[in-house]
Amino acid sequence: MFNSIWMWLSDPANWQGEDGVPQRTVEHLQYFAETMVVAAVIAIPLGLYIGHTGRGKLFIVNVVGAFRAIPTLGLLFVVTLLLAPRLKGDNAFLIPSLIVLIILAVPPILSGAYAGVGEVDPAARDAARGMGMTGWEVLRKVEVPCALPLIFSGLRSAALQVIATATIAATVSLGGLGRLLIDGLAVRDYGKVASGALLVALRALAVDLLFALGQRYAVSPGLSGRFRNTPAADDDSRSTVIDPAVHEAA
Amino acid sequence: MTWLHDHLGEVLELTKQHIYLAGVPLVIGLVLALPLGWLARRYRFLYPPLIIGTGLLYTIPSLSLFVLLPGIIGGNILEPKNVIIALTIYTLALLVRTVADGLGAVPEDVTQAATAMGFSRVRRFFSVELPLAVPVISAGLRVAAVSNVSIVSVAAVIGVSQLGMLFLDGYQRFFYDPIIVGLVACVLLALAFDLVIVGITRLLTPWVRARQGA
Repeated sequence: MFNSIWMWLSDPANWQGEDGVPQRTVEHLQYFAETMVVAAVIAIPLGLYIGHTGRGKLFIVNVVGAFRAIPTLGLLFVVTLLLAPRLKGDNAFLIPSLIVLIILAVPPILSGAYAGVGEVDPAARDAARGMGMTGWEVLRKVEVPCALPLIFSGLRSAALQVIATATIAATVSLGGLGRLLIDGLAVRDYGKVASGALLVALRALAVDLLFALGQRYAVSPGLSGRFRNTPAADDDSRSTVIDPAVHEAA
Repeated sequence: MTWLHDHLGEVLELTKQHIYLAGVPLVIGLVLALPLGWLARRYRFLYPPLIIGTGLLYTIPSLSLFVLLPGIIGGNILEPKNVIIALTIYTLALLVRTVADGLGAVPEDVTQAATAMGFSRVRRFFSVELPLAVPVISAGLRVAAVSNVSIVSVAAVIGVSQLGMLFLDGYQRFFYDPIIVGLVACVLLALAFDLVIVGITRLLTPWVRARQGA
């Protein structure tokens, strides 16, 4: 396998043009960025609102749970069949996939934001209120900073989910690194398939690492316990995100 | 839904294959996660590498893993064993942490009481610690089961036969019926796995019900 991957990756022809690795990587990143931004803009405020007010908790838990059971491949095909005939040109292939990616990215971000705010120590919240903070100030200065670790883990699961799903969305003609894998399967070129798979896996690891680093810098050291040398600090349970929703996709 | 009526036999056959592909990894994953989770708990320095290691494997998208595995372990892309091994890896990643945390949540005084009663370490593990960790392990297993059922359908892309084939079939023919049947069957299957695990958990933890009844 390593030989066939090496053969494929070292062929300069595979690094040029529309179907070249750089172009496919850029596409993949583009879908990823667009989807994550839209999903975060929808899910974070909604999650913070639900966590802050406590309204609609049951709704969130059920929706997030139900989405876990829906197979992504089926969802992708249904949405594409429904929308593609109504759209023109490249959009016919692009829009349905992006919609599915957003649909799948919203629940993990939402539940991260909601659970993060919901799990803030009530004593901290009461103290903030006692200091005379308004509801908005409590949210901004206390709840959001305290919720950051869980907000980040929600974003990380969503990110992995989007990368994975963007890969299988190549079956409904989305571009990106998944194209290499799917096109390789179609022409039985294992070098191409394996190279595509390897690039997707590396991309997923890289993005996860970036989010882990971002989390390290964004979260207050007082919360993560990084500046203490206690057993609790070693137990950095969020160093890797394990969220099953991720692989619903690919 | 005349389509379902005409293709009932085929759908049932695909469902059987789906149950096999999603269920076997659950069992193997659980059997492997018990000793690994115990190790992570017993020797604390093993906890971070085990959790991070399985976590990294978990970040690899399933389609990638399905097609890379035959290159690593040999064999053909079309063989179901690739799917089973990939899902076992994901199940393991979810369960090692759950088992370690579940065993860690067993109250210290309970284990001390067991030791004082003369339980050997092995007997204490099987008759005290493991049963008390069952509710936590079962929660992790439920999550793994539901996600396994969903991931298996992705294997249709590489041509491994299960309910996901219905999606592909419907999509290629611009025909909704098979896709809808496949979606409903997958969701029902996930529900069925969940109910079975909940049922077994209830049987294994009679004290939970006794406490609720009191």
